[in-house]
Amino acid sequence: MGAPFDLSDNNVVVIIGTGAGGGVLANELAQKGVSVVALEAGGRYLPEDYTQDEWASFGQLAWTDARTTSGDWRVAKDFSGLPAWIVKAVGGTTVHWAGASLRLQEHEFKAKTTYGNVAGANLLDWPITLAEMEPYYDLAEKKLGVTRTNGIPGLPPCNNYKVFEAGAKKIGYTKVHTGRMAINSQEYDNRNSCQQSGFCFQGCKWGAKWSSAYTDVPRGEATGNMEVRENCHVAKIEHDKAGKVTAVVYFDKDGKSQRQKARVVCVAGNSFESPRLLLNSSSSLFPDGLANSSGMVGKNYMRHMTGSVYAVFDKPVKMWRGTTMAGIITDESRHDPARGFVGGYEMETLSLGLPFMAAFLDPGAWGREFTTALDGYENMAGMWLVGEDMPQETNRVTLNTDVKDKWGLPVANVNFSDHPNDLAMRKHAYKQGQAVYDAVGATRTFPTPPYPSTHNLGTNRMSENPRDGVVNKWGKTHDIDNLYISDGSQFTTGGSENPTLTIVSLAIRQAEHLAAELSKGNL
Amino acid sequence: MSKKKSYLSMNRRELLTHSLALGASFAIGAGFVASPNAAWAVEAKFLKAPTLAKLIQLARDIYPHDKVSDEFYVLAVKGYDAEDKVKTIEAGIADLDKRAGGDYLKLGWEEQRVAVLRQMEDTAFFQSIRGGLVTGLYNQKAVWPVFGYEGESYSKGGYINRGFNDINWL
Repeated sequence: MGAPFDLSDNNVVVIIGTGAGGGVLANELAQKGVSVVALEAGGRYLPEDYTQDEWASFGQLAWTDARTTSGDWRVAKDFSGLPAWIVKAVGGTTVHWAGASLRLQEHEFKAKTTYGNVAGANLLDWPITLAEMEPYYDLAEKKLGVTRTNGIPGLPPCNNYKVFEAGAKKIGYTKVHTGRMAINSQEYDNRNSCQQSGFCFQGCKWGAKWSSAYTDVPRGEATGNMEVRENCHVAKIEHDKAGKVTAVVYFDKDGKSQRQKARVVCVAGNSFESPRLLLNSSSSLFPDGLANSSGMVGKNYMRHMTGSVYAVFDKPVKMWRGTTMAGIITDESRHDPARGFVGGYEMETLSLGLPFMAAFLDPGAWGREFTTALDGYENMAGMWLVGEDMPQETNRVTLNTDVKDKWGLPVANVNFSDHPNDLAMRKHAYKQGQAVYDAVGATRTFPTPPYPSTHNLGTNRMSENPRDGVVNKWGKTHDIDNLYISDGSQFTTGGSENPTLTIVSLAIRQAEHLAAELSKGNL
Repeated sequence: MSKKKSYLSMNRRELLTHSLALGASFAIGAGFVASPNAAWAVEAKFLKAPTLAKLIQLARDIYPHDKVSDEFYVLAVKGYDAEDKVKTIEAGIADLDKRAGGDYLKLGWEEQRVAVLRQMEDTAFFQSIRGGLVTGLYNQKAVWPVFGYEGESYSKGGYINRGFNDINWL
């Protein structure tokens, strides 16, 4: 039977979320003939709907449902209700992402072994290796059309990149280029090439940047095996007496409660909503929430060591012209404890328009120290710093029962404090970023604090031993055979790379596993 | 103000005639605030005119950009001249005046005014005004050219043929 599927159809795989994890998984399963119902909390927006206006686009796409924050991170003060800058729409955060598509490195899959015991950190090796992931990275790079893979040329250097590259070379960095980007440098897979418009974060109006919203999702739907239900907010996953999940309860676009039966449930709602859903699904059989016998659901939240460096020069840069992010220095993305921290970080070009620069350069700042920085906007260059942060059990997503969403469900509270290793790495990264710009004549540099997180990882982490995490190497929960996690919350550790390519690769791999298990009758 | 003539159409002479107070920055009349050269004027419908003038000055002192003209600050705070906001704003400005020794606008140097603001930067009033300005001021499309920012480019085919790589000083 093809889509649409009946609510009582208990043969469907229900996938919650349609981003890099859920959207890809849904399509991959649909291509293999598996019946899929994908529930998406947001609406559907396509390139013709995107707007090249930062705040208007934020209003259109961002997940702004209530969340609360705690911990000593500055986001909790400056953006207390907005711990993350992620998307609520078909395609999830692949509508917003910058497109950087990097593989995790071999040693990053073995963080515990490589870094040893780091006090206060809850490090663990992934239950999979780079070698096991490589075939899936290959598939993901082909799917996304990543530049500098498969013979696809790199993107052309824009102004912001040229400043970045010149500075990098002057201070002796050697691994600098315009990145491995899921942004077409030439037409690929029926998508346009990049027209250097900027506004990559607001949804690519050319479709030059890969997003599941206009690739995997419609392709899955075209098979007739996949149905996407938009504006459907999942409230709870139900199970039977034997502890197998049986259905998903959600509020549909009219606010009406619905129950979709399911053979398998895959949760891909990002690292806040996925653990929140498991916790909100507690029952007498699972009083601490689903798949939480380890107590790890919601714990070990990682957001990458981030920060930015902006610099003003005595001449124009016009960094807003061109790809938002298309430049990388990978020299610091190595494990070298001599720098005073474990793990490494990437340096990546980044530009913001004037409205967002005003909001994010130094949140809360005012007066001339701040405004003279913005006066230099036309002469400004910028980079983002993204490095491996330490998993800590105390950095976690919990239910805030004092604050309810519009359906009366407790919202997620996100508690985060930097680990000393994160602070040491950020300090080093600021110094190096400033050195890059100083080397080409910056008159002033700004070590800019982390924005609300776009990389949200680890809250249902993968572990060999069921005591240490929530899911196994396939993303299957240790506790419940037919419940899977399919988003970045699976990450055992964060590595120093932007996570999307790994999320997509894991989704392709999970689809292969699920299809095989289903055909064997194991699920 | 003359009965039929709008404050918006007053010339400088008329403006000065109708102003109750004239500081360096503002001409303040019954129900209006204007620039002394009559370049702009804004009606104070609910707020007292001096309150609105102080609010405009406050906005500039929080985010001072010498190349940005008053109109943008006026637009950024104009929304506070509303029935449901009067109480909060009048109270906040009264507190500002008190901290300024009576009249915020009588502090002639920005440095003096900023010293007052530093004392109250943690108040809800200050934070609310400051937070509102982040979008109220910088999200005005008309102010972007002052900063050199060009904004959207999709309608023009992107920057691919319009200088995305035109830097020439490296």
